[in-house]
Amino acid sequence: MNYRSNLEKRLSEGQFVITTEIGPPKGSDASKIRDKAMMVKGCADAFNITDNQTAVVRMSSLAGSLILLQMDMEPIMQMTCRDRNRIGLQSDVLGAAALGVRNILCLTGDHQSFGNHPTAKGVFDIDSVQLLQIIKNMRDAGVFQSGDPLLAQRPCVFLGAAANPYSGSFESQMNHLRKKIDAGAEFIQTQSVYNVEKFSRWMDEVRSQGLDKRVHLLAGVTPLKSVKMAERMKFHVPGTDVPDAVYQRMENASDPAKEGYAIALELIRELKSIAGVHGIHITALFWEEIIPALVKDAGFNARIC
Amino acid sequence: MIITKQKNIEQILQILGTGPVFLVGCSECATLCHTGGKYEILAMKKTLEQRNIPVSGYVILDPACHLQNDKRMLKDYGKELDKTMKILVFSCGNGAQTVAEIFSEKEIITGNDTLFLGEISHANEFNKRCMLCGECLLDLFGGLCPVSQCPKSMLNGPCGGSSDGKCEVGSQLECVWDRIYQGLKKQGNLKALSIIQKPKDWSKAGELKRRI
Repeated sequence: MNYRSNLEKRLSEGQFVITTEIGPPKGSDASKIRDKAMMVKGCADAFNITDNQTAVVRMSSLAGSLILLQMDMEPIMQMTCRDRNRIGLQSDVLGAAALGVRNILCLTGDHQSFGNHPTAKGVFDIDSVQLLQIIKNMRDAGVFQSGDPLLAQRPCVFLGAAANPYSGSFESQMNHLRKKIDAGAEFIQTQSVYNVEKFSRWMDEVRSQGLDKRVHLLAGVTPLKSVKMAERMKFHVPGTDVPDAVYQRMENASDPAKEGYAIALELIRELKSIAGVHGIHITALFWEEIIPALVKDAGFNARIC
Repeated sequence: MIITKQKNIEQILQILGTGPVFLVGCSECATLCHTGGKYEILAMKKTLEQRNIPVSGYVILDPACHLQNDKRMLKDYGKELDKTMKILVFSCGNGAQTVAEIFSEKEIITGNDTLFLGEISHANEFNKRCMLCGECLLDLFGGLCPVSQCPKSMLNGPCGGSSDGKCEVGSQLECVWDRIYQGLKKQGNLKALSIIQKPKDWSKAGELKRRI
């Protein structure tokens, strides 16, 4: 079997995978992203490179992915539909594949009003479901969105998407997830989980619909670094669900960072035992340095790449 | 004026499927565009009936985008409306949604496509004038709008594709930047065009505002 990426190979072989995230810098210094990458090298099977996350201008995810490849690390290039239309997106898919990118995560993208250019015009020519379908068709059918055929090589990529177990109704979210899988998503990274009970119910629904057999699901974990961060996650970040108990643990802790770390470890252990969860996606916002210890303490061996 | 274009009848029939259906027109823009006035609604009624699709009734709302007025007017059509689960609306997208607001349990079918804000230049000739960008810049360009009329919405035009006063997108389109240039020249105000216009504040457009 020829796998498109290490991530696909590990997931297909039934291994429990770890992915983590690296945000490119707000400048053109490649050493900034290299330093961050060095910190987490060997701790995960693949590394998400964010695409102007929260609509703040940063080094492009394509450039960030290439820098990772040069370090023998496997990137998951994130692509949002906010800043490029279908012409730009398809062009970058070809470019990324030519440079060796083998995993792409398709997102609609945060609205530009959240970022550092709120007066910008959002593109949103297509959405994440359409982007998945377009790249899948480029890869499998050899055609662009217009139906025009690709002339040289097809982009050989493993396709991912995001899902949020905490937004909207279960029913509409499940419908949306199914649509993403139908469109071409082969792996899913979820929103950060704090409320395991609700996540577990969401997974029950995922399994009852057989979706766990059609897609590899990676549960999101974001360690809480401070009470302030817990507060932000609980009250201000849309689509996250921090239960009162977790919030209180952070509030009452003498060392909140230590408590946040302990909570993250517990979450990883609980999530790992839920049927249908094939991996963990760790996003340590402004706290990347703890990832190596967290992965090790959670009982995962060092990764080759 | 909101400029609309009626969908072709085959398209309407395909979406509509079977009858019976209640028809809604609009006394204002759609009447002036000849896409949803009384004349067009009666013609549509005839067309549908010829194809064995029963029409339970019709109304020309005055105008369709006036929620409270619609509710008052529709009170007289209870019997006709009870006979159908489908309402075919010939107004702009705004009017159709106002009607949808009133009939949450019925299927709303739009018979028109909504194109732009425009002027009636001659009978049945409409010109695009505005795309509701939320921040009017007409004063900078001699009263002509490049945001809505230049296909690239350029604020520092013209582009290299402008040729003999025509747009690169199609020779049927005038290059609005050519007109802006000629207009400001006539006014002796070409200096206005030497100013580099900064990127536009698109957050002022309607996208983030649902209600004012």
